[in-house]
Amino acid sequence: MLQRDYTTSQLDVLEAEAIHIMREVAAEFERPCLLFSGGKDSIVMLRIAEKAFWPAAIPFPLMHVDTGHNFDEVIEFRDRRAAELGARLIVASVQDSIDQGRVVEETGRRASRNRLQTTTLLDAIEEHEFDAVFGGARRDEEKARAKERVFSFRDDFGQWDPKNQRPELWNLYNARIRKGEHIRVFPLSNWTELDVWDYIRREGIEIPSIYFAHTRKVFERDGMLLPDSDVVQRGEDEPLFEAVVRYRTVGDMTCTGAVQSTAATVEEIIEEIAATRITERGATRADDRSSEAAMEDRKREGYF
Amino acid sequence: MDILRFATAGSVDDGKSTLIGRLLYDSKAIFEDQLEAVERTSRDRGTEYTDLSLLTDGLRAEREQGITIDVAYRYFATPRRKFIIADTPGHIQYTRNMVTGASTADLAIILIDARKGVLEQSRRHAFLTSLLRVPHLVLAVNKMDLVDYSQERFEEIREEFTAFASKLNVADLTFIPISALHGDNVVSRSENTPWYQGTSLLHHLENVHIASDRNLTDVRFPVQYVIRPQRATDHAFHDYRGYAGQVAGGVLKPGDEVVHLPSGLTTRIASIDTFDGPVEEAFPPMSVTLRFEDDIDISRGDMIARPNNQPHVAQELEAMVCWMTDGLKLTPRSKLTIKHTTRTARALVRDLHYRLDVNTLHRDEEATSLGLNEIGRVSLRVTQPLFVDDYGRNRLTGGFILIDEATNGTVAAGMIMDVR
Repeated sequence: MLQRDYTTSQLDVLEAEAIHIMREVAAEFERPCLLFSGGKDSIVMLRIAEKAFWPAAIPFPLMHVDTGHNFDEVIEFRDRRAAELGARLIVASVQDSIDQGRVVEETGRRASRNRLQTTTLLDAIEEHEFDAVFGGARRDEEKARAKERVFSFRDDFGQWDPKNQRPELWNLYNARIRKGEHIRVFPLSNWTELDVWDYIRREGIEIPSIYFAHTRKVFERDGMLLPDSDVVQRGEDEPLFEAVVRYRTVGDMTCTGAVQSTAATVEEIIEEIAATRITERGATRADDRSSEAAMEDRKREGYF
Repeated sequence: MDILRFATAGSVDDGKSTLIGRLLYDSKAIFEDQLEAVERTSRDRGTEYTDLSLLTDGLRAEREQGITIDVAYRYFATPRRKFIIADTPGHIQYTRNMVTGASTADLAIILIDARKGVLEQSRRHAFLTSLLRVPHLVLAVNKMDLVDYSQERFEEIREEFTAFASKLNVADLTFIPISALHGDNVVSRSENTPWYQGTSLLHHLENVHIASDRNLTDVRFPVQYVIRPQRATDHAFHDYRGYAGQVAGGVLKPGDEVVHLPSGLTTRIASIDTFDGPVEEAFPPMSVTLRFEDDIDISRGDMIARPNNQPHVAQELEAMVCWMTDGLKLTPRSKLTIKHTTRTARALVRDLHYRLDVNTLHRDEEATSLGLNEIGRVSLRVTQPLFVDDYGRNRLTGGFILIDEATNGTVAAGMIMDVR
């Protein structure tokens, strides 16, 4: 037998790191939860959770902040996946926040519930007394995120203070908080978009159908393709047309654009992403386009 | 494909941002929309050239003040390797950020301006790299175009730095003459330095051997989490009791005799489990679940090792610490929380032996406290035994953090020294 050199592949290293982070949270916090939207990053995160505690069940509930404007395919997938795992799924509804007068719906053509989600999320964290909340965010997504910790401290208003972050060394994470504060935990911090897709391929993980090329009625706004839907307000100068598209990210219908693509398999998606020259958020998210510091501002307020 | 984590040290003046920008751009890790945003901002600010440092300065305050506040992580990949860059700023809070970035780094790149040579800050960067035991160090002598690609100048810098580095723990030191601006020896060998026989920086990053940097000799498995399925449906796992954790050292195999600490009881590994099935061996950085042949009372914070190769069981520790907060100082009698592997305890600072001047390596034995960004040698007493190794032997079982009990902030990083 050849001498082993114990080289480890990048996916194995990233997976081992993410499992370590999940177990650390389960060991050190009283009431964690995992944000599960049915998007690819949270699907990968859920698979990691399944692996981290096997053969035991995942020792925390899943939570989705539902704007009410999500794609049907994704909601169906979310519910089915949670049921398969026997996991408890909490749905925090933006519609409820609106009905209770906690937030006011935006009006006009560009109205979106994206920003309203923050209030719903923070209210749900408070109601359920969650002290650690797993999110699928990655540092390669956006430059404010590039500076965020794996264990990201939030004060009792849920706010992130980028200038006052706890140093993170080796694989040691500081889980100390006071009552009312919480930690956002990002086990996929060091993954890139391509790593996520490579992992989905390697693991044979099922993902919602809208990630694959399909024919859809869309219209163009600011260079993005938005879907024909009751919840997206379309002007008369924004004609509908049919196109073969897929989604690179899955979010609220009002601010998530499709990309023209014929990629029908995970392999074809990986080829497409490896060749692409535009970031996933730049290509498909109106919410990040409002200003250069859009993500930073929302994160400070307590966004995902 | 494996992962290389590296830290970059140097200030904007040394061309660090330009170098990172070039590595990212040439490996296609910078996208058109990112570049457009940077070009737009550069224009708005009246900058003549595309300021690549804007790619790494992520926060509003940083862009407004033209400074870098924190460690930024960047990602790129070539067909050979995935790279994670811990980009640490040169301006403020330098020591704290560099220590953080270096703690997980396989390699550090220190940039030197060929015109200025080895400066005080170059020595500081090298010392911190050595203190954190980063296994590989690259000294990138930048701006070679401004010294006419002079071999003499390069050799001068190499000799001066080599002399200094001989006082440090640097296992592997490589010198590369580059021009980040023009791309000389960054991605491919340059024709401007025919006298240089080495490889390009990227080629070095792609090929430096890191698999043996991990400690594969001393078996260390800090128990992180106990797995006991309680689902009534899973009768097969009714009596399952597994000990989950990430291997911190050595190679574990089923059948191996192991010792449990703190009990000192020995048993054998019955199985190494993962979601994907049992495995025949486990080594760093794998996250696995161990089952043992005997029923021993094991909990989080305990350690699994080999009977003939055990960590030091210590309540008295000698360590170098880097103080990372300005809200509080470390003084003798300070009481703090210590987190070491998966074990958390309370620690009392018994003594501060000296404060180290990171520029001159002078030891100030009169020092009575450590403030932000200061490094010193301390003795600690811990409320319960820790299972430690010398930091130089194993970074994971030799490193710890200190947490302030009043603010819950992480206030120091520590490296355990002088373990027999």
